[in-house]
Amino acid sequence: MDAKDWLLLRILEEDSTQETSVVADLTDLSEAEVKDRVCVMENDRIIRGYCASVDWEKAGEGVAAATVNLKITPERDVGYDRIAERIARFPQVCSLRLISGEYDFELRVTGRNIQDITRFVSEQIAPMEQIRETATIIVMKTYKENGRILYDRKEGERLPFSF
Amino acid sequence: MRDFISARTHRIPPSGIRRFFDIVQEMDDVISLGVGEPDYATPWVACEAGIASVEQGQTSYTSNRGLPELRTETSRYLAKRFGIQYHPEDEMLITTGASEALDIAIRAVTNRGDEILIADPSYVSYSPGVMLSDGVPVPVPCRMEDEFRLTPDALMEKITPKSKAVICNFPNNPTGGVMSREDYRGIADVICDHDLLLISDEIYTEMTYDGEMTSAVQAEGLQERTILINGFSKSYAMTGWRVAYLCAPKELCDAVLKIHQYVMLSAPTMSQYAAVGALKNADLDREEMVTEYQMRRNLFVRGLNRIGLTCHLPRGAFYAFPSIKDFGLSDVEFSERLLKEQHVAVVPGSVFGQSGEGHLRCAYAVSREDLREAVRRIEAFITSL
Repeated sequence: MDAKDWLLLRILEEDSTQETSVVADLTDLSEAEVKDRVCVMENDRIIRGYCASVDWEKAGEGVAAATVNLKITPERDVGYDRIAERIARFPQVCSLRLISGEYDFELRVTGRNIQDITRFVSEQIAPMEQIRETATIIVMKTYKENGRILYDRKEGERLPFSF
Repeated sequence: MRDFISARTHRIPPSGIRRFFDIVQEMDDVISLGVGEPDYATPWVACEAGIASVEQGQTSYTSNRGLPELRTETSRYLAKRFGIQYHPEDEMLITTGASEALDIAIRAVTNRGDEILIADPSYVSYSPGVMLSDGVPVPVPCRMEDEFRLTPDALMEKITPKSKAVICNFPNNPTGGVMSREDYRGIADVICDHDLLLISDEIYTEMTYDGEMTSAVQAEGLQERTILINGFSKSYAMTGWRVAYLCAPKELCDAVLKIHQYVMLSAPTMSQYAAVGALKNADLDREEMVTEYQMRRNLFVRGLNRIGLTCHLPRGAFYAFPSIKDFGLSDVEFSERLLKEQHVAVVPGSVFGQSGEGHLRCAYAVSREDLREAVRRIEAFITSL
């Protein structure tokens, strides 16, 4: 990894649909070099995938989301890993992190509505024997996601010329 | 009625871009590469610091020299980023933008008839500033072959017994040229040998892309004879806050302070607090902006060279300075027709001095989409010639 790779990652994370020729210009590399470097980072699983950042609310699709915090009893030899792998298999779980503080896991869970989420947490997650406590926090509105502002805002205006 | 306007004000030439403003007013769909300021909003941490100061009622004057906390933070910043030392107590002054710093620095050192050598092309206020002090501006050409650096030979050629000071600005507006440590060492010898003062406007230093960020005062012997000017407008996207600083040896700093205390009293207080916030907490924002400018530079300069507009790789600031000498038009004609026919606004290089003739200043502090579209339109224009 060198400075050009970092720049490539930054550009792709921001918008992975840009044409290779544009990415080559931005990084001052040839198109072949861009393709090679991206290929290496894909193979090394530094790049895990490409996706669209969707404002589902605007798309008119009812989507509810919640942060679910869990207290876990870790298992001998494997600690938190085995239970984490079990939880991560559920498609409703968008993200799963081991965190410091009062709780051990922080999950981001989505569903079509709040009932979906509560049912999922109470029927699938809470009954697992290593889970000692759950706390479900419903998302009421999302203002910023993955670094992107989701509300309209006015940009400042500049003069057409200045020295 | 008498002519109330002073002779020295009459001598100042009118702005070279006034008529471009008039053309733009009547146009839609203009992509302006004529703007000499960042297209980012000020980092929010700096805004918060400014807002908090107002909420807490910090709305009085500060000391003439500026908030002690801001001077201390600035001194730390200079030590950390450049390894240079200035005492916050008596070698530093907070000003209302770098423009004020330049004005009072020139006034503090210029006697009638003093020749002030100016690296050319240059920011537009240097020559008028010298003329307002009854000094004589002497352009020192910086050439594209030298990547628009100020060379010792060019400087030597213009030195006379009347030479008093040198004004330079690297990374440079309008060329994007930068000076390495070695380049500064070269001119340091000439400046010291001829007992000259240096006024170094380093407002774009954070925007240095392909090498080490430098300051003139890193060169041996220069700090004791340099008035260093820098600020927050470019590096922290704070143009509207009007806050900058000037550093100089105590005797020079005291002289500049005399003028500052009468003409300005102190820089805007909330802006000084915002600047403290920027220095303490906005490093990440600054790095993010600089990386983005670097990518835009790559995109734009490659695009220009691809369509046949010769452009050296600008290693700093956010300006490209392509040559249009092959197209049989003056830079003013080229710029005016480009604006009228393709709705792309650029600034003719000659506005920045004789050495800028035959070039265009294109600010790439606009979105990537606009840069790509601008290249397409410029290509359409030169194809039509």
